[in-house]
Amino acid sequence: MTDQVLDVKGLNCPLPILRAKKALKDVPTGGTLQVLATDPGAVKDFEAFCRTTGNELLESKAEGNVFSFLIKRTS
Amino acid sequence: MSKEKTNNVKRMSMIVSKGSLDWAYPPFILATTAAAMGLEVTMFFTFYGLTLLKKKLNLHVSTLGNPAMEMPMFGMHIGMPNLVSAIPGVDAAATMMMKNLIKKKGVASIEELRAMAVESDIKMIACQMTMDLFEYKKDDIIDGPEIGGAATYIEIASKSDINLFI
Repeated sequence: MTDQVLDVKGLNCPLPILRAKKALKDVPTGGTLQVLATDPGAVKDFEAFCRTTGNELLESKAEGNVFSFLIKRTS
Repeated sequence: MSKEKTNNVKRMSMIVSKGSLDWAYPPFILATTAAAMGLEVTMFFTFYGLTLLKKKLNLHVSTLGNPAMEMPMFGMHIGMPNLVSAIPGVDAAATMMMKNLIKKKGVASIEELRAMAVESDIKMIACQMTMDLFEYKKDDIIDGPEIGGAATYIEIASKSDINLFI
């Protein structure tokens, strides 16, 4: 299950990534963070963010105008 | 952080040479994002870029000599010929329009991004020569940046994986 949810709807690059990074600090290792965003650029950016930081992108999906990313903190 | 990890970490450095509202974005966006992705980041502020370290920011855009700048207006994109840019008030209006768009589109303000840069331990260096040249005192700029010169930057750049000039 999702440990924490971060709502960055309406925010533009690079705020979704910066806010997510901050929120991940409060997620225990192995826990997950769900990010809700409306910035279409966030789709590729969260993939790159997770690849570079070593965190795991468990899920990336779109529901209407809202993108949802499920990130597992591994580092 | 262990010594081993410090050696493995990727580094990015950038020279920030421009201080208008539009040009302030790329360095602060890239620096804060790189820091969020785990890179060690250094920003070297020189010439007009140095003004981005002033305590109180009052940033502007100029349409003058900026032929690619188009604003979305009346359902189209409108550029500004240089002759119009020279009219008093045009740059102020363009700046206001840009700031309104920034707010409306959920884009961070430069003040916000700069605060995040400080918060994420990005190393900032203010160019000593520029401070002398334009007569800025250490007291004019925010707390945190160190003062340095070209050699200080080159030493850091020579150990960085990414070096940008903006």
